[in-house]
Amino acid sequence: MPDPLLDSLIELIRRTSAELPDDVNAALVRSLESEKKGTIAESALKIIERNIELAKRKSQPICQDTGSVVFYVQCPVGYDQIQFEETAREAVKQATKRGFLRQNSVDSITGRNDGTNLGPGAPAIHFHQHRFPQLEVCLILKGGGCENVGAQYSLPAEKLEANRDLDGCRRVILDAVLQAQGKGCGPGILGVCIGGDRATGYEFSKQQFLRFLGDRNPDPVLDALEQDILKTANELGIGPMGFGGRTTLLGVKICAANRVPASYFVSVSYMCWAFRRQGVVMGPDSSIQRWLY
Amino acid sequence: MIPLNYPFTEEQIRALQVGDEVGITGVVFTGRDAVHKYLHEGGSLPTGVQLRGGIIYHCGPVVLMDAAGQWQVTAAGPTTSIREEPYQAQIIRDFGIRGVIGKGGMGDKTSAACREYGCVYLHAIGGAAQVLAECVRKVRGVYMLEEFGSPEAIWELEVENFPAVVTMDSHGKSLHREVFAASQSALAERIASKAGARHP
Ligand code: SF4
Repeated sequence: MPDPLLDSLIELIRRTSAELPDDVNAALVRSLESEKKGTIAESALKIIERNIELAKRKSQPICQDTGSVVFYVQCPVGYDQIQFEETAREAVKQATKRGFLRQNSVDSITGRNDGTNLGPGAPAIHFHQHRFPQLEVCLILKGGGCENVGAQYSLPAEKLEANRDLDGCRRVILDAVLQAQGKGCGPGILGVCIGGDRATGYEFSKQQFLRFLGDRNPDPVLDALEQDILKTANELGIGPMGFGGRTTLLGVKICAANRVPASYFVSVSYMCWAFRRQGVVMGPDSSIQRWLY
Repeated sequence: MIPLNYPFTEEQIRALQVGDEVGITGVVFTGRDAVHKYLHEGGSLPTGVQLRGGIIYHCGPVVLMDAAGQWQVTAAGPTTSIREEPYQAQIIRDFGIRGVIGKGGMGDKTSAACREYGCVYLHAIGGAAQVLAECVRKVRGVYMLEEFGSPEAIWELEVENFPAVVTMDSHGKSLHREVFAASQSALAERIASKAGARHP
């Protein structure tokens, strides 16, 4: 029986894995232009560009680590989420068979990889309702190397002289950039959440990756912090792959969540240059109506 | 780009400096966590694996068998090298390796072994799975596939013009160490100046 939702989700996975979204491509092109000619930073970015072009042409994964599979679903009131989840799992399984995803999911206790990319928490699906009739599905493929360099700070952080204020936030976020160098395949993108608890902090920091790279934060305080971190990080000379150079970060996105008075977390998620996120708006027949990025 | 052709001699390796871009042509063997641990614990190399004067590549490639029964590499980017830091120095010494390809760099123990035995660390571009797979001309063989599974097996690959950057040379220099130190002091300045500006 044909299942248009299944087909749409497989196509979403394929395109996310093989094609970088336009905003990320544009940022990489700009960074290539800004690097000094003849440096290894420039060579690294040129190889990255060639890789992006090749993956798209061959419809093959941009990076062999196709990451953890994270769906963000905006659905109308009354939508059958159980049905969606079943279909999404089937889509992941079939996309893996067709090589759009690597066999990338391991049982944490036994170490077994059954080759389906399905298991507890895999894929992860976040549902939100909205008061519109259409279904919107975003997908992020989050690589392991860059996930490993994410960091959560609890302020005050004495060693970094980071207090419970914006200057303290700035210090720990820049420390995360310093520590991530050479790992996580830079130039990278930061998603940050100030506040929340240990779980929501990371959750909201990851949601920042759904924002367009070129957008501006509507909160002027957070906007200023984003611009400052981006500028400062790119003055540190870490560069692509940590080879040295002008492009350390392509973007910084920060949000805030309320906290309890006793806690002050700053959660930093790091995304590698292989920033694989896409999204679709689906029509009433579950076919893809529009791409979001 | 400096061509680096198999067999890799000590002289050729000693001539390389941190920051050199090389194009590797010849045979390389993949090896990651399982292989390093196995060799470190005294395991012997399977016959056919020639590490002496050779290069080991930290990579878990995606390899498929085509209709004609030939192995085809479809993705072949580097994996993070620092996980092999406890083992690498000993393996460079015992097996006479001349080059290690990976990403993210390695630590002081490996750097010392590179200096003592004439080896270099070659940084490939992380995530560039498609470009690097195109440099793999042929899969010449696979070893320990049963024991370790596909990503962890030893794949014997023939590569052509495989691009990498020397980030640790055989003279004790490490680009990783240099960039970290420079960026750390650049950051210290920028943190101090900001705090100073706020509380003059
Ligand atoms: S950090 Fe990103 S680009 Fe690097 S290997 Fe992992 S998924 Fe690929």
